[in-house]
Amino acid sequence: MSAKTKSPVGVEAIAAKGWLGAHKWLIARRLSQTAFLMLFLVGPWFGWRVVDGTLAGSRTLNILPLTDPFITLQGSVAGHWPELTALIGALIVLAAYALIGGRMYCSWVCPINPVTDAAHWLHDRLNMPKGWQPKRHTRLWLMATVLVTSALTGTIAWEVINPIAMLHRGLVFGMGAAWGVVIAVFLFDLFVSRRGWCGHLCPVGAFYGLLGQKSLLRVSAPNRAACDDCMDCFAVCPENHVITPALRGKDGDTPLILAPDCTNCGRCIDVCSVDVFTFTHRFDDRMSVATPDAANKAA
Amino acid sequence: MPSSSPMSPARRRFLTDTARMAGGCAVAGLGLAYITSDARALPAEALRPPGALPEDDFLSACIRCGLCVRDCPYDTLKLAELGMDGPATGTPFFTAREIACEMCEDIPCVAACPTGALDKSLTNIDDAKMGTAVLVDQENCLNFLGLRCDVCYRVCPVIDEAITLEVRHNDRSGHHAIFAPTVAADRCTGCGICEKSCVLPEAAIKVLPIRLARATSADHYRKGWEEQAEKGGPVLDGIIDLPDRLPGPGTDNLAAPGGYEPAFKLPGAGQ
Repeated sequence: MSAKTKSPVGVEAIAAKGWLGAHKWLIARRLSQTAFLMLFLVGPWFGWRVVDGTLAGSRTLNILPLTDPFITLQGSVAGHWPELTALIGALIVLAAYALIGGRMYCSWVCPINPVTDAAHWLHDRLNMPKGWQPKRHTRLWLMATVLVTSALTGTIAWEVINPIAMLHRGLVFGMGAAWGVVIAVFLFDLFVSRRGWCGHLCPVGAFYGLLGQKSLLRVSAPNRAACDDCMDCFAVCPENHVITPALRGKDGDTPLILAPDCTNCGRCIDVCSVDVFTFTHRFDDRMSVATPDAANKAA
Repeated sequence: MPSSSPMSPARRRFLTDTARMAGGCAVAGLGLAYITSDARALPAEALRPPGALPEDDFLSACIRCGLCVRDCPYDTLKLAELGMDGPATGTPFFTAREIACEMCEDIPCVAACPTGALDKSLTNIDDAKMGTAVLVDQENCLNFLGLRCDVCYRVCPVIDEAITLEVRHNDRSGHHAIFAPTVAADRCTGCGICEKSCVLPEAAIKVLPIRLARATSADHYRKGWEEQAEKGGPVLDGIIDLPDRLPGPGTDNLAAPGGYEPAFKLPGAGQ
């Protein structure tokens, strides 16, 4: 795409739906990320004990335990079978993300997401080359590596460097030099690899992706006949390989984005000026009634 | 190229990609393993919360959630910060000289732990073993200098059991006593209140990890006097009792007047 033909992403959507309409899922997502962080922070800041702990393990309103299932898994292969509280917490989290889509953790909860999103925004503004692009399944290999390392060293290996935990725990309990890890991720995504951390490497995202293989909540492209090939959805999507099968499917192909890599961030819904995409559930593969406009285009 | 050829391009690419990925992951795994092993070295002044599993097990059990820290009413516990504190990043610890463990009866930190990294089988805080207090510097300890500081003894939550004052002669003045603070390691919980309260600029009594503070007794040694006390007589029957060469009358040790009575007398055994 040359600079001549490339129009800024989202311009048509803003023109068609207004700025708010073209950013509503992004705003919702930022609010969600802030809210999940604030739930943990109002305790140390104001003494309102809503959620104690960190994303690794927490206790809500002194009763509900939640535990990160990937950390629980690492601890288990490292040789420590956790107590019931942690197991129940992990099971609740497993069940929730299996239902709504594992990678919703990445886009709606994870505190590193705003960091890598910011890196990508700057990367875009600076017109940087995409740089090193390891295969998408590298993160699965890394996830396996983390589990093997946990088993061999008898430690919860990823927690030694996990930038998510470093940032979240740092904000709640004190950062120390953990800023360095967060800045490293930012610089990696900015200069070394476009969408590199969340899109290719993070083993936590890989785990949650596996978890959401058959999740219920999905983005669909029921109105794909109206697509005017502006490519804005591909430009904003952090995992844009998931769009193609749904958007470019032939008649009879499902309009649902079924790839587990999809983070359900909803940005594609925002930036589409002709409202191709929508949130729905995985059994809803209905297509919209074709508009005359779309019929003309098909002909 | 026909697919029956010894090395089709697709197969070649698959094998190359797999080998690259495996190689990269091996390097990443080694790096990670190195960092985890580095993180396993717990500094001597960092004490784990009560009930903490042995350090190796602890690092497989602690998810670094901070719930123990949150529930500690005295803000004793902290989570280690990267590059600032010694212990593995994000794991709970305390430094006795800063804020010691107050030994809460309900042990809220242990109750808060969701994984069992802090062992729930610890129900009596007096059984905790966070470390062992050691009077590391007798030369500067005020009590050893013959003064009556006694602070470590007075503040000890297990006073007269974990720390006692042993009276001995003060050779320097010749007619005073030394009240030596003495730790009974099997009763000391390692709470660190003694170290925290020591009046010296640098504490003369410090809580050390048990691995540093204590020896282990050799299994093959038998404490004959304990066995005798238990049996109420000599351990072996029919043993010939030779005269004890003790100082005092009736012995050939003329250097020391007085003398000690033997601890027990064998029936029929003469002088």
